[in-house]
Amino acid sequence: MVPALEFIGVTKRFGGVAACNGVSFQAAQGSIHGIIGENGAGKSTLMSILCGARRADAGHIRLDGRAVNFASPRGAIARGIGMVHQHFMLIEAMSVLDNIMLGAEGGPLLAKGRAAARARLAALERDHGPAVDPDAIIADLPVGLRQRVEILKALIRGARILVLDEPTAVLTPNETAELFKLMRRLRDGGACILFITHKLGEALDVCGRVTVMRRGGIVGEFDTAQTSAARLAEAMIGRPVEAAANDRIRAPGAVILRARDVRVSDPSGAARVKGVSLDLREGEILGIAGVSGNGQSELLEALAGMRPIAAGTLAINGAAIDARARNPRAMRALGVMHVPEDRLKHGLVADFPASGSAMLGFHREARYGGALLDRAAIEADCAAKMARWDIRPPAPNLATRGFSGGNQQKLILAREIERDPLILLVGQPTRGVDIGAVEAAHARLLALRAAGKAILLISNELDEILALSDRILVMCGGRITGERSPGGTSARELGLLMAGAADTAA
Amino acid sequence: MSGPPAVWQAAGPVLAPLAVALAAISIIVAAAGENPAAALRTLAAGSLGSREGLAMTLFYTTDFIFAGLAVSVAFRAGLFNIGVEGQAMAAGIGIALAALYAGALPGALALPALALAGAAGGALWALVPAWLQARRGSHIVITTIMFNFIAGALLGFLLNGPLGAPGSMQPESPAFPAAAAMPRLDDALRAMGMTPTDTPLNLCLPLALAAAFAAHVLFERTRLGYEMAVLGASPPAAAYAGISPARIMMLAMILSGILGSGLALNELTGAQNRLILEFTGGYGFVGIAIALTGRNRPAGIVLAALLFGALYQGGAELAFERPKITRDMIVLVQGLIVLMAGCFGARARSGEA
Repeated sequence: MVPALEFIGVTKRFGGVAACNGVSFQAAQGSIHGIIGENGAGKSTLMSILCGARRADAGHIRLDGRAVNFASPRGAIARGIGMVHQHFMLIEAMSVLDNIMLGAEGGPLLAKGRAAARARLAALERDHGPAVDPDAIIADLPVGLRQRVEILKALIRGARILVLDEPTAVLTPNETAELFKLMRRLRDGGACILFITHKLGEALDVCGRVTVMRRGGIVGEFDTAQTSAARLAEAMIGRPVEAAANDRIRAPGAVILRARDVRVSDPSGAARVKGVSLDLREGEILGIAGVSGNGQSELLEALAGMRPIAAGTLAINGAAIDARARNPRAMRALGVMHVPEDRLKHGLVADFPASGSAMLGFHREARYGGALLDRAAIEADCAAKMARWDIRPPAPNLATRGFSGGNQQKLILAREIERDPLILLVGQPTRGVDIGAVEAAHARLLALRAAGKAILLISNELDEILALSDRILVMCGGRITGERSPGGTSARELGLLMAGAADTAA
Repeated sequence: MSGPPAVWQAAGPVLAPLAVALAAISIIVAAAGENPAAALRTLAAGSLGSREGLAMTLFYTTDFIFAGLAVSVAFRAGLFNIGVEGQAMAAGIGIALAALYAGALPGALALPALALAGAAGGALWALVPAWLQARRGSHIVITTIMFNFIAGALLGFLLNGPLGAPGSMQPESPAFPAAAAMPRLDDALRAMGMTPTDTPLNLCLPLALAAAFAAHVLFERTRLGYEMAVLGASPPAAAYAGISPARIMMLAMILSGILGSGLALNELTGAQNRLILEFTGGYGFVGIAIALTGRNRPAGIVLAALLFGALYQGGAELAFERPKITRDMIVLVQGLIVLMAGCFGARARSGEA
């Protein structure tokens, strides 16, 4: 049978670097084909060629056996390529129906196009199960449904090859399960789905075959029935993965940080954290799980002093932190270090050389010079961090934005952890970083805990929370909806709590 | 990373647009029916070819260095200060008040007192928009523009009233006492027995160069400069680092106002020796072009100020000698230089990424 989609020797160079180097693989009609690889492995470049956003330097793509060479995304859409980006391309103020017909209105007057789109939506619902209310406003929909709108948008344009770029990154476990159900129905209906992910478990769960990319090339293709996560990971990074051993044997120590009934509002006055109380003890990692947007970010920033606390009390080692001390500078002086969730927005200055980012927040310290900053000392400090944390390239003068996500994250972790924190607040420590950096970050966090430090961990990755935490709090709607121990719970149970199900545990 | 040497990095963004500007001048002059080669010769001879021309070029350069630095120090912190013109007017009022009412000061103290009074006036005029931005969120572009008008009106009121020269129909103050005159190049030349240039070039030029060096140290070597750059590049990162935006904004604008006051010092104590209307001559706005052309680096600003100074002086000569060529054409050329500097600057930046 002729494959629905075939890459033949596709090569794309940027400058002298081959982002894709002779990539060849096939995906059949009626299949879900996984593409996994670390950041920078070439997945995105390959997909941008498929979608017509970039042109290959060599090689070509065949659809149903016929060679195609798209000059623009429009050409790719016309030939049945549908792309669902990680970041949604929806207009929040408009209805589902209007978003779906955007760019395919079918004439200057909208009534006819609207009726046609409504009819096609109804047909899709009949074929693939529950759709979305066409008259709902996007802003009112949860993330899972917004993603479904993106998929419907592609299908209604006649997509037969559907590309899903890291679709589960923003979903709860239950929403992910729903997505997989839909993907399987589409597959059974004859669609060819390319599923791009870095979550190996999900690739094994939903894909038939998986192509593994590394450094622009394909390093292996696996039948999911006959492989394991460990083998995929090994192929992905080129060496065996050592999961950081987490021996939770210590008895919890004294309470270091005590928060009582903390309330935080956003600048518009809307309550984001609605009365959170927690105790963070020495030598423990307290994980906070939750779907993004449920107050975890605001809680973390409030504890770091970046946001005002509307009500409630904070105490460190029994001493109350009054409002005057609730700013980042004073909190750092108290030993509260902070690895922020958004490294490029808060944690680093993208335009600065790495050495400038490596002292952010600590730039007042005498180690960086007296009345005048000591350039040599700043660069030496950054170079030493780069050596100790294996940050590549080890170039303190290179612009921060020039480093990969994993190396940027290591720079922040180095900066915060090396300053000997009493309390470390960590947000999304491994979002968008490669497996090597994940290993390094997890090992360092566990070592810090072993040294008796108190760590508050916020992550959208349940696996990460489960692997690292000694205790897990679940947040939903600005409140703590449950507490679990990692040994006595499951991703499914946490997922229900994250979605707001009442805590029925004794 | 290996790149071109630092001097070239600073000069490149100025020289490349200059080449384009000269080509543009030639075309404009030819379109006006004059000989481009002769016009360029006049331009060069008028600005650099004689002692007088060179001295006038350097006098304008002094104004432009101060104005360019004033814009750039605010821009570092992410603030677009359009109000250098008004801040220089306020500084001029401060200088005039000190010169006219504290004239009893002994000679050696008079000029520092005038400079301080000017700095205070410029800083005060910059501080109000800064405070409004930091505390009330009023956009500094709007408020500084409005403060230009307020300063202009205040200057007009003072010169037609309390500060006006008795018996004069002109809107001007009485002449400053002799102690309020900045030592000129001509004074030195006369003392050495050489022919004076009959130009107002004065001690403010070395002062401007020292200010440029100080700005370089501020930007590259101080914690305040670092915090300004963090705020300018990424306000969220500044919040994360515990840098107070209000404090940095106010400090940056105070420094901007002080630097802008150098323009008033150069014009009033170096050339006019009295307070007059429109002594700022729009140089505060030219400072925006200087800062852009010099890419916000003090070394680049000095070079850009020299280029604009030469165009100002050479352009005046050109308009005088060849009436078909008006000063507006020189303004057109300046606009082209800024445009080109923007283009070349953007190219350099995309090359870095």
